[in-house]
Amino acid sequence: MGIESPTASSYIKHHLQNLTYGQHPDGTWGLAHDAKEAADMGFWAIHVDTMAVSIALGLLFLWLFRKAAKKISTDTPSGLQNFVELMVEFVDGSVKETFHGKSKVIAPLALTIFVWVFLMNFMDLIPVDFLPAVAQMIGTSVFGADPNHVYFKFVPTTDINATLGMSLSVFALIVFYSIKVKGVSGFVGELTLQPFGKWMIPFNLLLEGVGLLAKPVSLALRLFGNLYAGELIFILIAILPWGLQWALSVPWAIFHILIIVLQAFIFMMLTIVYLSMAHEDH
Amino acid sequence: MNLNLTLLGQAISFAIFVWFCMKYVWPPVIAALEERSKKIADGLEAANRASRDLELAQEQATQILRESKENAAEIIEQANKRANQMVDEAKEQVIADGKRLREAAQAEIEQDVMRAKEALRAQVSVLAFAGAEKILGATIDEKAHSEIVEQLAKEL
Repeated sequence: MGIESPTASSYIKHHLQNLTYGQHPDGTWGLAHDAKEAADMGFWAIHVDTMAVSIALGLLFLWLFRKAAKKISTDTPSGLQNFVELMVEFVDGSVKETFHGKSKVIAPLALTIFVWVFLMNFMDLIPVDFLPAVAQMIGTSVFGADPNHVYFKFVPTTDINATLGMSLSVFALIVFYSIKVKGVSGFVGELTLQPFGKWMIPFNLLLEGVGLLAKPVSLALRLFGNLYAGELIFILIAILPWGLQWALSVPWAIFHILIIVLQAFIFMMLTIVYLSMAHEDH
Repeated sequence: MNLNLTLLGQAISFAIFVWFCMKYVWPPVIAALEERSKKIADGLEAANRASRDLELAQEQATQILRESKENAAEIIEQANKRANQMVDEAKEQVIADGKRLREAAQAEIEQDVMRAKEALRAQVSVLAFAGAEKILGATIDEKAHSEIVEQLAKEL
């Protein structure tokens, strides 16, 4: 597909554009036909591809784990149960190592983050043109769309909205638990009275506020940046003549196996760390 | 790379997934894991107890064996002693019996000798009277002379 596209830059741009549904500036609702139209839709638009893939993967995760959980037995486990137990034990171990409070939410939250983010990252290893080509075929044949205007970015974690959506949820939990454990005054005190005492309240607030807000932003941007860069390199490799692509894409994909697991783990681990910090009373 | 509603959609689906996982996935799995680890711990403890019991039983068995050996030795010793004693007793009895028998025999012999002597004496006196009769040629009244005969027999 790479060599068929008109120019390398339009190919890359096409691959980096989400399938966006929203209100056009003229008031009609519909899919954006190019990047400019998508940008003009402003905040009240939705990336159909990101949502569809991420929800499908989330459901896959829940279906798989629920299936194992329903017929779980304490005898010798096998197959799927082994895998599920492995994941649960791994996450449980990580949570218990870091988080010493009592919470029913944090461990399942960590498990969801780890598996879901991993699955979304894993989409990166599917060759860059497979799913977009399928989407293009469906788009042109079923909906009669112009093939050049069917966008499909199938790695949800290369969409900043997806990662920021998760990290903001984590941020909400951080604030919730901070207030729940320390009370409103305790939380406000933590933000204003350290590290320099009460005569430096504005400065403390600035310092601690930045620290607090940096948590969700860094969480989202780290995952997004890693996956976006990885995806971009796959797209660049896809521009090469087809006979050469394997020489670069295979090593990069093998290296990427490490990245996708690592990033999912980091996202999970930092969430646990942030939440355990929220639970700690100074 | 526009920020838009996807953010909210993602946050909402994330919340729903976490809720579902917390409600329906995590508890059964973790409960099963805990139950299994408890089972394993119980099994290990039982194994430990069993090996301890085995050790104890072995110790008991050796002790019983030793005691019974000691008992057996004692019994054998007693039996030996008793046998010796019996043999001794038997010997003494035999010796005593022999002595008694011999004494009895001796007494009988002496009695026999006395009786023979007596008979002999009587015979001799009769013979003497017969001889005297022959010599004197007259009959000696046995009644009149029996006193003399008896005295003679006594002197023999």
